[in-house]
This record gives sequence, structure tokens and C-alpha cells, in this order.
Amino acid sequence: MVDTIIRADAITKSFGDVRAVKGVDLAVEPGTVFGLLGPNGAGKTTTIRILTTLLEPDGGSATVAGFDVVRDAEQLRPVIGLAGQFAAVDENLTGLENLEMVGRLYHLPRAEARRRAEKVLERFDLAEAAHRTAKTYSGGMRRRLDVGASLVGQPKVLFMDEPTTGLDPRSRLVLWELIRDLQKEGTTLLLCTQYLEEADQLCDRIAVIDLGTVIAEGTSEDLKDKIGGEVLELHVDAEHLGRAVETLRGLGSGEPTQDEDTRLIRVPVGSEGPMVLLETVRRLDDAGIPIEDIALHRPTLDDVFLSLTGHAAEMALEEAEEPEPQPEKRKRRRDR
Amino acid sequence: MSAVAVAPARPTITTRAMLSFFDSLIVARRNLMQIVRIPAVLVFELVQPVMFVLLFRYVFAGNIANVPPEIVELGGYVVFLMPGIIVQNAIFGATTTAIGIAEDLKSGLVDRFRSLPMARSAMLAGRATSDLIKNFILLLVVIGIGYLVGFSFKNGFVNALAMIVLVMAVSFAFSWVMAAIALSVKKLEAVQAAAFTGIFPLVFMSSALVPIAGMDGWVQAIARNNPISHWANLARYFAVGEYSQMGGTPTELIILSSVWILVLLVIFMPLSIRLYSKLT
Ligand SMILES: Nc1ncnc2c1ncn2[C@@H]1O[C@H](COP(=O)(O)OP(=O)(O)O)[C@@H](O)[C@H]1O
Ligand SMILES: [Mg+2]
Repeated sequence: MVDTIIRADAITKSFGDVRAVKGVDLAVEPGTVFGLLGPNGAGKTTTIRILTTLLEPDGGSATVAGFDVVRDAEQLRPVIGLAGQFAAVDENLTGLENLEMVGRLYHLPRAEARRRAEKVLERFDLAEAAHRTAKTYSGGMRRRLDVGASLVGQPKVLFMDEPTTGLDPRSRLVLWELIRDLQKEGTTLLLCTQYLEEADQLCDRIAVIDLGTVIAEGTSEDLKDKIGGEVLELHVDAEHLGRAVETLRGLGSGEPTQDEDTRLIRVPVGSEGPMVLLETVRRLDDAGIPIEDIALHRPTLDDVFLSLTGHAAEMALEEAEEPEPQPEKRKRRRDR
Repeated sequence: MSAVAVAPARPTITTRAMLSFFDSLIVARRNLMQIVRIPAVLVFELVQPVMFVLLFRYVFAGNIANVPPEIVELGGYVVFLMPGIIVQNAIFGATTTAIGIAEDLKSGLVDRFRSLPMARSAMLAGRATSDLIKNFILLLVVIGIGYLVGFSFKNGFVNALAMIVLVMAVSFAFSWVMAAIALSVKKLEAVQAAAFTGIFPLVFMSSALVPIAGMDGWVQAIARNNPISHWANLARYFAVGEYSQMGGTPTELIILSSVWILVLLVIFMPLSIRLYSKLT
């Protein structure tokens, strides 16, 4: 049997009528980055809060680093770190003071807390700002300080709840680099995200979570394979669109489709991608139809999400981000 | 299952108590840094008590009947008023415990604290401690202002100290009441509303600001049994010595006051810690 450092067995949690988590199973191997991918309201934060002892599950059980999250919560806390959904830093303390305080609360001696705080600040490119109050920090700096705070205790298992949400692209890349480094050092990471690209880039395995349940689990390749092979995409100008589609009929593993507005033609190609690509170029050239651009496309996690949930991730997102989701609509979705 | 957990030896009771004590001090220190970084907060908190002192002293004083004759002789209504204002202020001052906790809940810091291997009681005990220190500073300032408007201690140094200890104990006990309110209500604005609407009538229906004798009959019944009256009466005794309408002998007042403080602590400390541990 494979080692697992995080294991959840059918955990459930309700808040009043809202069934936030409806039986989530997880198994994470040590030293890997595991992604919990799902739209807003899917139950990611609730799952993380259960695994980090902040919330007791209503049903099911979970262990982290061999400790039961309910029974052994006290022994578990010293070996985990949490970077929550909102950067939890004290605005009135300097960066250094924030981290020192966390170190002291891990019961490190004063000098050691200081040493680690300085090391973390260095690593997160915050050394310059160490003596400024966190109030003066930008969003990206705050988030880095918060992630830094979760590292002061040198946790074996690190939980990060949407670490890059609301960050500018540069800060996002910096954090991604950090996550990769942490993994190299042997830390196990459980990462929540709404961004398909982020899961794709960082995670060894991904659990897609929607409406409180895991609807698919595997590597990002596994998930992509689930919805079939590659697609050839090409653009031609408007006057040639119809003729091009006719010319390409019979190529690939299915019927070509066309979009009049974007002038995009898509041809499903199964595993024959390169062959179909060559043949397409040849036929269109013979027919005198100029190609604006052409590329083979592996399906993205967007496609995965669409085919797994029947709704696009972004759509679900927008719906959930409405300030006051209509209670009835929400309820229906949830009880499905 | 092959992930082997090496459980650290469970700490003994005494090391646990030590650790939670130190954890509380770390949290208290962190809270006090707010005053260091934004001293204006303290100034704003002073506005209210100072306003109360000045309004009651210069607007109401001449219109307040039933002031005990001994106290009239010692300097008039302001001598009656100041110990009561000081008790009132200790209670109002404790509302910052609720506000601080609500803010930490909102910012996510409570989640951080709860995921750390610190004592479950430390975040609350730390807040109660830092607010105690802050309220002590406020108390000294308010006493100073009292001296400027005609108040002074008349019952010796030891009794003056006893008054300060009493008032601080009241403030500490109310911090735990406020902690329970904050952890139940959670939303900052609601916490503020709940804290103030609860406390205002309680303070006014007591002997803190005016003598009970002139109140309506049914209010008198409430006021005589209101713990705030016991505390105000005792604080006044510590400040100026015995007077008529004291509501009991000094010993009786000491017992009543202490019992009420203990009752609040015994109910609200464990309740708050429980609410904190079970937060969702
Ligand atoms: N403390 C809470 N009290 C009440 N409802 C909650 C609470 N936390 C989460 N929920 C609800 O549970 C559902 C799942 O939320 P959450 O776990 O935060 O999802 P995600 O992190 O994937 O966006 C949502 O409908 C949310 O409104
Ligand atoms: Mg969330």
C-alpha cells in the first residue's frame, strides 16, 4: 500500500441547511503537491479547515501526518502550516514582528524564532520591508508574509487556500516558484485553487471538487485523457471558411466544426495529430486557401471541467461571485 | 497505514499551564503594539469618559438631588460621581475586548491562531490582559481629570489602591463577558451594537452616576440589586469613606462585589474558551 500523509474518508460538514462538504475522500502521498480545484462555494475552504483542525467534521474521519484531525488535534498542529484564504497578518506589526510572534507561538526560543523569521523574510524577498508595519505592504507582499508565517514552524504538511487569488501576475509567478521549491525540499502541499492553469502548473495530482464532492481525481494528464484526445484548431479568412470545412471533411476522428464569428475550425484528431496536421496543410494549399494560423491543442482543464460538471468553471465562478446569490438557485444547485 | 506518527510526549499539567501563560503574554504584547503604533486609538477612547465627566460635572451636578450629606460636605456631586464614572469606564473599556476579537475574526487572524500549537485559551486571555493594561492607563487618566474638576481621594492611600484593584477586577471580568458576546455574534458592527445597547441601561440603572433614592420605584428595585451598584458603592467607599445610602457595610459590599466578579468569571471564562474552540 502506498504511503499517504493526508487521508480523508468520507468527511462531511453542514452549516445549517448548507451541506458544504458531502463526503470527500482524499489520499495524498508525501512530498507531492495536491490540488483541490473547484469554483467558489465548492467546499474547498471547508475541507481545508477540517484538515487543519479549525473545524470538526460532522461525519467521516481524516488523518494528517498520522494524526487524527479531531482526536489528535493538539499533536497535529505543531507539524502543519496554514496559509488561509485571506492573508492573516497583523497590520500593526512589522513583517519581522509578525513572523517572530508566530515562531514564539510554536514555542520556539526567542533567538530561534528571530532567526527563522529573518530567514523567511529573506527568502520571500521581504527583507527590505522587515521593519515596516504590514499596513504599508502591497497585496502581494501581504500574501507572501502570510505564506511565510505558515512556514515559520517548518511544517511537514502545508495547506494553502487560494494563495494567488487577487494577486498580480508577477506575484503569482513568485509564489508558484516558491511552491515548487518547497516541494523540492520535501514538504507536502495541499493547495486549493479556482484556477485551472494553476493546478495544471503546480500539482502532481488534482481532485476536482464541485458542490461538496470530489467529481474526479488524478494527474492533470489523467483528467485531460478523460475527455479524449487532441484537437486541431485553425483560422482561415471568412470567404474561404465554408470551402475549407468541406475540404477537411473525413480527416481526423470526427466531423470538423466551424465558428462563423471567430472563423475558427476545430477538427478532433484522436492520437493522429501530426499526421492530420500535415494532411490539412497539404489539402488547403492544393485548394489555394491561405491558413492564418494552425495549432494542435491538448484539451485544457477548462474542457475537463465542462465535461465533468456540465457547466464551465468560469460560469460557476461568476454565478458564485454575485454579491447575493439568489438563495433558491443556490439551494437547488446544492441539493442536486 | 504506513505513515508513522511519532507523538511528542503529552506535556504535564504544569508545563501546559506555563505554556498557556506565556502564549497569553505573547498575544497580549501583540495587542498592546496596536496602542504603540496608533496611540490615537487611546485618545479616542478617552473622549467618552472625559465627556461624561464634564457633562455630569458641569451640566447635571447642580440638578442632582439626594446626594448623601457626607459627600456634599466633602466637595459635592463630583465626589459622588467620579468613583461611579470610573466603574462605568471599566465596563465600557472592556467592550474593546469584543471589538478586538471581532476584528481578529474578520481578518482571519483567529484562524491562524487556532491552527498554531498554542493554548486554546491564550488568544482570549491575551486579549483580556492587554485590555486590562489599556484600561489601567485610561483609569489613571480619568482619575487625573477627576482631580482637575474637584475630585480627590479622602480615605487614605490603601483604600485608593483597593478601589483601583476593584475596578480592574470588574474590567477583567467584563472582558470575558465581551469575549463571549463577540464569539457568539461575530460581526463587528453587531458586536458593537450588542455591547453598547446591553451596557448603557445597566450602568444608568445603578448607583454609578446618580443616587438610587430619586429613581422611579421599579427602577430602584433593579438598581439596588444591580451588581454595578455594588461595585460603584464599594468604589465610592474606598474613595471617600463611609456615607449614607451605601447599600451595606463595607464588608458586605466587599463580599457582594467579589461574588459578582467571581460569578461572571466562572460563567464567562469557560464559556468563551468553549465558543472559541468550537468556532466554525
Ligand atoms: N462558517 C460558515 N458558516 C456558514 N456557511 C458556510 C461557512 N463556511 C462555508 N459556508 C458555506 O459552505 C459552502 C462551501 O464554502 P467553502 O468551503 O468556503 O467553499 P470554497 O472555499 O470552495 O469557495 C458555501 O455555500 C458557503 O457559503
Ligand atoms: Mg474558499
